[in-house]
Amino acid sequence: MVPHIIHHSSIIVQIVRIGLFVTCLVDLIRPHIGFAALKLLEAAGCEVVVPQRQTCCGQPGYNSGDRKSALALARKVLAEFETCDYVVAPSGSCAGMIRTHYPDLFSDQPAELERAKRLCDRTYELTDFLVNVGKLERVPGTFNGEVTYHDSCSGLRELGVKSQPRSLLAKVPGLKLKEMDEAEICCGFGGAFALKFGEISTHIADRKCDNIAAAGVDAVVLGDLGCMLNIEGRLRRRGDMKTKVLHIAEVLAGDSEG
Amino acid sequence: MQVASMHFKARAGGKLADVKLQAALKKLQGNFVRGRAERVAELDNFEAIREAGAAIRERALVHLDLYLEAFERNATARGAVVHWAETAAEANRLVCELAARYGVRKAAKSKSMVSEECGLNEALEAAGVEVVETDLGEYILQLAQEPPSHIVAPVVHKSKDEVSDLFEEKHRQPRKTGIAELTREAREMLRPHFLSADMGISGANFIVAETGSTLIVTNEGNGRMVTTLPRVHVAITGIEKVVPTLEDVSTLLRLLPRHGTGQTITNYVSITTGVRSEDELEGPGHFHVILVDAGRTRLIGSDLQPMLRCIRCGACMNHCPVYQSVGGHAYGWVYPGPMGSILTPMYAGLENALDLPNASTFCNQCGVVCPVKIPLPDLMRKLRERQFEQRLKPWSERLGLRMWGWIAQRPALYAMSARIGARLLAWMGGAGKLIHNLPFGGGWTNGRDFPAPQGKTFRELYAAGKAVMSDE
Repeated sequence: MVPHIIHHSSIIVQIVRIGLFVTCLVDLIRPHIGFAALKLLEAAGCEVVVPQRQTCCGQPGYNSGDRKSALALARKVLAEFETCDYVVAPSGSCAGMIRTHYPDLFSDQPAELERAKRLCDRTYELTDFLVNVGKLERVPGTFNGEVTYHDSCSGLRELGVKSQPRSLLAKVPGLKLKEMDEAEICCGFGGAFALKFGEISTHIADRKCDNIAAAGVDAVVLGDLGCMLNIEGRLRRRGDMKTKVLHIAEVLAGDSEG
Repeated sequence: MQVASMHFKARAGGKLADVKLQAALKKLQGNFVRGRAERVAELDNFEAIREAGAAIRERALVHLDLYLEAFERNATARGAVVHWAETAAEANRLVCELAARYGVRKAAKSKSMVSEECGLNEALEAAGVEVVETDLGEYILQLAQEPPSHIVAPVVHKSKDEVSDLFEEKHRQPRKTGIAELTREAREMLRPHFLSADMGISGANFIVAETGSTLIVTNEGNGRMVTTLPRVHVAITGIEKVVPTLEDVSTLLRLLPRHGTGQTITNYVSITTGVRSEDELEGPGHFHVILVDAGRTRLIGSDLQPMLRCIRCGACMNHCPVYQSVGGHAYGWVYPGPMGSILTPMYAGLENALDLPNASTFCNQCGVVCPVKIPLPDLMRKLRERQFEQRLKPWSERLGLRMWGWIAQRPALYAMSARIGARLLAWMGGAGKLIHNLPFGGGWTNGRDFPAPQGKTFRELYAAGKAVMSDE
């Protein structure tokens, strides 16, 4: 950890200050995932701040070709979070945007590039942070049943998030992890893709739902709201009202009843 | 080949409902995807080979002019004639002229995607030359009058039964059902063509600068017949296929079959150098190499240059969830899948393939499996940027993106909009907390429900919690 050291009379207190990047989808759709993330970071002994002016990481614009809007939002994130020791997001997609794509976005802005790179190095997906930086030993949650884990694309392929969520799930009393086939294959969300190419997106989601159904579990757990909305939306339309679709933060924090 | 890429979305819709196609595509996932994973796992230094392969291709592109000149010099020294074609039309004209010069009535072809790109068969047929495809997949497609749907397995979209029906109809022989019998029948049909063709036309997987050789990897042996039996051999390929040395080729050959078909090596690797010399009994008396630009030099020096590293293994499409769902024909031109979503707009015009760079979830499975490390999603994103800048995206999308960007830069306005949106969507979700029909979001709700929000935003709840804490 790179602590932020406070000299307090004769003793030195080390406090790691985390900036929680809530993400726009958590803010709008599933706020309790944000609170679950807060709870977990505090359980790891961190001080968490939530910059109130935060909005969006810029990914929608970046991936749709509107680089100008994306850069403006990236500047905003940089200004709001650069005083934090770490930035943590309950999303592989948003953390991946900051960590792997901000250097490209700032590549022709020499004055800000170095600052952006420093922010990238300190930006983590939630489970990655909890395992590799926060070294969380015990998790608050319990879960009675079998779950399978869906690897979201950005977390897996941009940030190497694969073993982290599984090692955390292994700490949840009562939870049994049962791997499904093709856990690493995209659910078909892809941001604007899900709207523009709805039929193809649904077809890909169906394949994911088939694999979830074949695993025969109580819940599918994942780390990104985009995949969550897509998978849950397709499961319900197929008539599966039973299989829960849960964000890993909810499960780890013991907040999985929503 | 005609470009029909503007109709991607419409074509894709039909493909999703095509039961036979869906079954065929599943097989591809099994054989090629699993095969690649197994062959790659056998190498203990795979990442180092991949790194070396990417570096070789990059070096060839950085010094493209030098290596191409070296290729021409060395090929010429061994009796080959090198022709330069700036456009597809020019390539066709060159081959037709050669056919006329040598009095060619029949040409036997091995597989060549560049010839598909140029529409060479049609040009030759218009010039009165009979063209026979001899790669089994391409032969089937020629009988069926269909374009390929995959760059390595061109007929992957057809089932064995469909081939049985096709052969029965076209060959006028009793219907065969086994793969071995069908293949034997095709071989019997093709054999006389190999022997009677005046010209053999091949592509090239690589051309080697230091020796002036062209190289093809095949599994059926037809390529070897095409390049050695007829008196004239014409190899047609893209200028980017040049590789400095044979040593470099051997590195790339450790990657290509493993990624393409899940083989450690293909059944045949044929290196063709020069014409038959006086003391040799076999081989063509005339060897012509047509090097095609057709848009490639436009990529050199641009941010899309890494695309030219491509060694045409097809791994990107084999692993693409979109390709796996719709197959190759939906993409509307020669090159499907992620590599095609970059090459088609670049070669056929950005405005002629608007959907393609957007037809990706950016899952990056293609980038992960690419043997020469082409960052395919990043390149698709660059094309999306060009579309945005050139106002080639629908005005509604441009407006939506700009609005989102504008509001997201204004936290107070954003918070208020989110507050209203969360409540509205929660109300729409009703007791079941599912929205079955989103106005302006039919793309989503035609096939999926939209899980409704909880009702209050995180920032509202967080601010309220803080207020409670400070009251205490």
